[in-house]
Amino acid sequence: MSHVPPTPDAAAARIDVVNLTARYHGRPAVADVDLAIEPRQVTALIGPSGCGKSTLLRCMNGLHLTVPGASVTGQVLLDDADIYAKDSNPVEIRHRVGMVFQRPTPFPTMSVRDNVLAGLQLGRRLGRGAPHDEIAERALTKAGLWHEVKDRLKAPGASLSGGQQQRLCIARALAVEPEVLLMDEPCAHLDPISTLTIEDLIREIKETYTVVIVTHNMQQAARVADTTAFLTMSAVGDPGRLVEVGPTERIFSSPRRQTTEDYISGKIG
Amino acid sequence: MNPLPGSPTPWRRVRARRGGTDTVFRYAVRSAAAMVIVVLVATAVFLVQQAWPALHQYGILSYLGSDRWAPSEATATGRHPNPYGIAQFVYGTAVTSLIAMVLAVPVAVAVSLYLTEIAPGWLRRPLSGLVDLLAAIPSVVYGFWGIFALIPAVRPAGVWLSRTLGTAPVIGPLFAGPFFGVSYLVAGLVLAIMILPIITAICREVFATVPTADKESALALGATRWEMVRMAVLPRSRSGITGAAVLGLGRAVGETIAVTMVIGNNVLSITTSILGPGSTMSSVIANEFTESTEPFHLQSLMVVGAWLLVIALVVNTVGKLIVRRTGEDIA
Repeated sequence: MSHVPPTPDAAAARIDVVNLTARYHGRPAVADVDLAIEPRQVTALIGPSGCGKSTLLRCMNGLHLTVPGASVTGQVLLDDADIYAKDSNPVEIRHRVGMVFQRPTPFPTMSVRDNVLAGLQLGRRLGRGAPHDEIAERALTKAGLWHEVKDRLKAPGASLSGGQQQRLCIARALAVEPEVLLMDEPCAHLDPISTLTIEDLIREIKETYTVVIVTHNMQQAARVADTTAFLTMSAVGDPGRLVEVGPTERIFSSPRRQTTEDYISGKIG
Repeated sequence: MNPLPGSPTPWRRVRARRGGTDTVFRYAVRSAAAMVIVVLVATAVFLVQQAWPALHQYGILSYLGSDRWAPSEATATGRHPNPYGIAQFVYGTAVTSLIAMVLAVPVAVAVSLYLTEIAPGWLRRPLSGLVDLLAAIPSVVYGFWGIFALIPAVRPAGVWLSRTLGTAPVIGPLFAGPFFGVSYLVAGLVLAIMILPIITAICREVFATVPTADKESALALGATRWEMVRMAVLPRSRSGITGAAVLGLGRAVGETIAVTMVIGNNVLSITTSILGPGSTMSSVIANEFTESTEPFHLQSLMVVGAWLLVIALVVNTVGKLIVRRTGEDIA
């Protein structure tokens, strides 16, 4: 497998979800989703717990299929190529579509610097002579963490604060120069100040990347997202479905569906 | 049970009953627990007591300082030097256990990685069960199998080792001389198979405690399954694997019958070569205690037993501590 060396500004990709149903052990968790995700924009997925928004997100880099018993029908087109096509390479897809999780997950035995470079060590994407330090600095700068950690690059990643750890994970995801960044409730376990720092960061990185964020926090969606998609299910145990998608302002000011309005005004969920 | 007279409410009845069957139950479990401690202490006391005449005669250190085991030279007055040197048995126990560890640990780690990370879901339980069943094979059956199946199968490899590495510098003495069949090497091989189940079982538990989030972060970066294991699973499990290995070592150190059947029971002195016959601490006891007629012979075997007990207790305690600490690290 030959790899083009990562360029400072990789092209942001678009994602088109086409008639997607994701199942666990045959039971659909999210069904019949059609959703277009525009490049260089932040798209937020909102909805009550269990509506399948995280599952939908995990379908966008194929991580869903790593869970035992999981299956997918429909398509996820990454720049028009179906990531679930037979000839598609899941490792390469995840290289192009990065992900940040709910809990910060720096690798506990690695230093700050090694955590950032972890993705680049995979499959020997980075040769011996590659400018490791510059790459680490660039990724940490993008994640707004450089000035806080530049003197402790050798410290364990787990020694940072929760908010710093999450930005470290963002740096780690950005270091491999993905085209899309998926974020699964990235602020769920952070304090308000760290949350705002990460939100600033999201607004910055959307200049270069396509960002999809799952969030429980509607104010957060309103603050960071250009487009908002609302999912819900008709009853507990039923699959989640996409109810409505549109520009964030419109979704929050004049939703077209009653369920959307009920959710954003706090009547359900 | 009839309600007690004068106890109108149900809770009174419950409390009253504590004086009856509950007390019996409490004392029963308490004495069962106490028994465990009593057995351990009594065993240690018994060994030292039985070994005492010999220890008194030769001194405890003279046993470890010599590798010459010659009961026929012992006299009733117990003149020095001590004819019951046991260094060669310590060497035998160490070498066979080491061979077992070197062979079993990598295989156990690989098997448990396969069971937790790679194998399809439907295969995991039956396969784990099969590995556990290896522990159910009686020791003496392993001994038989070692003599009649393993030794003929290993012979070409033994001969080859002796021819190639036997004359090599530094490591040469470990492989020098002809391959006898019954040997440290074969004993180590049998031990490796015998300790495989326990190491695999613990490694399996250790790998299963690695958080899914860690594994998914590696996968999300574009790791292959093997890279995910290297990046997320193994670093987290390092001390757990060590603990599992040490507990396996604890088993290997004490294993007796299978080893006695395949090790050759040469007691004369240290045979450095792993291709030659020797003895371990446990095999010499099993082999000689029925025919120990010389002065201090039986008592000296008790000394070997006491040292073996000390080593086994230390190894097992260390292993347990490491495994427990791993659990806390991850939580």
